[in-house]
Amino acid sequence: MQNEPSYSFSALAARFHNWLDAAIESDFILQVTELIITGVLLLVFLVLLCFFLGYMERKVAAFMEIRLGPNRVGPKGSLQIIADTIKLLFKEGLTPNQADKFLFNLAPAIMVITALLAIAPLAFAKNFQIWDLNIGLLYVSSISSMAVIGVLMAGWSSSNKYSLIGAMRCGAQIVSYELSVGLSLISIVVLAGSMQISEIVESQANGWWIFKGHIPVLIAFVIFIIASTAEINRAPFDLTEAEQELTGGFHTEYSGMKFAMFLLSEYINLFIVSAIAATIFLGGWMPFHIGGLDGFNHAMDYIPSSIWFFGKTFLIIFIIMWFRWTFPRLRIDQLLNLEWKYLLPISMINILLITAMTIFGWHF
Amino acid sequence: MEIFAANQHDKYIIDNRHDDFRLAFLKETILFLKDYFGSIFTSVKSLLTGMKLTGYYFVHPKEIVTEEYPNNREKLKMNERFRGEVIMPHDDKNEHRCTGCQSCEIACPNGSIKIVTKMEVQPDGKKKKQLDTWVYHFDMCTLCNMCVHACPSDAIVMGQNFEHSVYDKKQLKKILNKPDSKLMSGVEE
Repeated sequence: MQNEPSYSFSALAARFHNWLDAAIESDFILQVTELIITGVLLLVFLVLLCFFLGYMERKVAAFMEIRLGPNRVGPKGSLQIIADTIKLLFKEGLTPNQADKFLFNLAPAIMVITALLAIAPLAFAKNFQIWDLNIGLLYVSSISSMAVIGVLMAGWSSSNKYSLIGAMRCGAQIVSYELSVGLSLISIVVLAGSMQISEIVESQANGWWIFKGHIPVLIAFVIFIIASTAEINRAPFDLTEAEQELTGGFHTEYSGMKFAMFLLSEYINLFIVSAIAATIFLGGWMPFHIGGLDGFNHAMDYIPSSIWFFGKTFLIIFIIMWFRWTFPRLRIDQLLNLEWKYLLPISMINILLITAMTIFGWHF
Repeated sequence: MEIFAANQHDKYIIDNRHDDFRLAFLKETILFLKDYFGSIFTSVKSLLTGMKLTGYYFVHPKEIVTEEYPNNREKLKMNERFRGEVIMPHDDKNEHRCTGCQSCEIACPNGSIKIVTKMEVQPDGKKKKQLDTWVYHFDMCTLCNMCVHACPSDAIVMGQNFEHSVYDKKQLKKILNKPDSKLMSGVEE
């Protein structure tokens, strides 16, 4: 590929692969080594990301509520989240006497594992992807919906009625909003003609779908943002952990690192949802291109693709945080009304519209 | 419908009703759709209004109202109306302005003030009620400022000290008049 910038991750990854290939004889050991290295790098990346997202959330919350936010530990309070993590590490991990101990301890692991699995097909930069499977979007949506098993497991095994009610609410919420998320994903699959992440990104080389698909895709984008905010249990849809009513929802009984794992999975899910939205609607790592203007497109190519990807992702993360610190929490009946009476009918009609648009070629 | 129509006349009426029903149904549908999209529009509008406000706050850090906990105790200047604790100013001759009238004790909503008075012989031979001890239970005080408002002779004011934490609760019981202090002359007239 010509014009490939030298600062791309892919060149580094390829060089590293060649070096390992020369050093290790057996194909099997080579693959296992690369898998382990990828896994460790991914974990380190995600933990750092969660530190950053935690800090970002607290600062965004503070500024939106006319407060200062953390400002004691480290410059501008940037080390506060690390101090919090250390505090959580030293806390005792309690298990209630009456709890189903096996399921109770398994639930946080399931939450984190589903969150980690869903990150595999994401394209972080040009030609830089862990696993480019041909059913990428289907894989992400099916894996991320498995989180509901972890939630129900946590709520049921705690042997606490608050936890159980919280888990039931959360289950109802995730299962309902999954439909709208799925329909919004399908709308882009219809347009791009593929479920493979790399092909979806390539299909936006002459303009992102949100511009090319105009009004119907904009509706799908809004529905996707709303529904996925609900699916990852963030405010204003955080009634599963409404601290005034349920004292903490399905993770009432969790403490210490087990609680931290729920927190970790929440932030990873936030990142995944934003990354998916950025990939399918805003072009992923694809720079801002306008069909026909070659000079302009070429100039845009000089900005590294990973900067494009993370810029778009953090824009959407910021919007979701903005929701959280602006909107009041929904009641359970309002929540289900919103999904079943508004989002689902609208997205069903919208998908018809998008299909017609694709068939008749009404998009740019 | 025809089953119920016994004769031509009845049939005509029922058909007519059917038309009315259709019309009503159509009207109701239109009303429903109007309500449906109207509610979407109004709710999106109100949500955007909220987001506009928080977005404005986000990009205007000058609006922040929180005060940082002061590290620079020397340069610190609290607001004039800040209520830290009740104090009784004494002048350099160790004189205060309290006449022992007990207005503050009556005004205090939760009884955190206790005024002990004594009878003292004046130079002209008359006996007169005077302040003995002004007991202040800071552990109960809500800093409501009522005692300062009630005081007829401006003997007490609100101080600026804001760091009161101690390990022993007994230290929060304070006696505000200094030992051997006297009533300032000219307060009672």
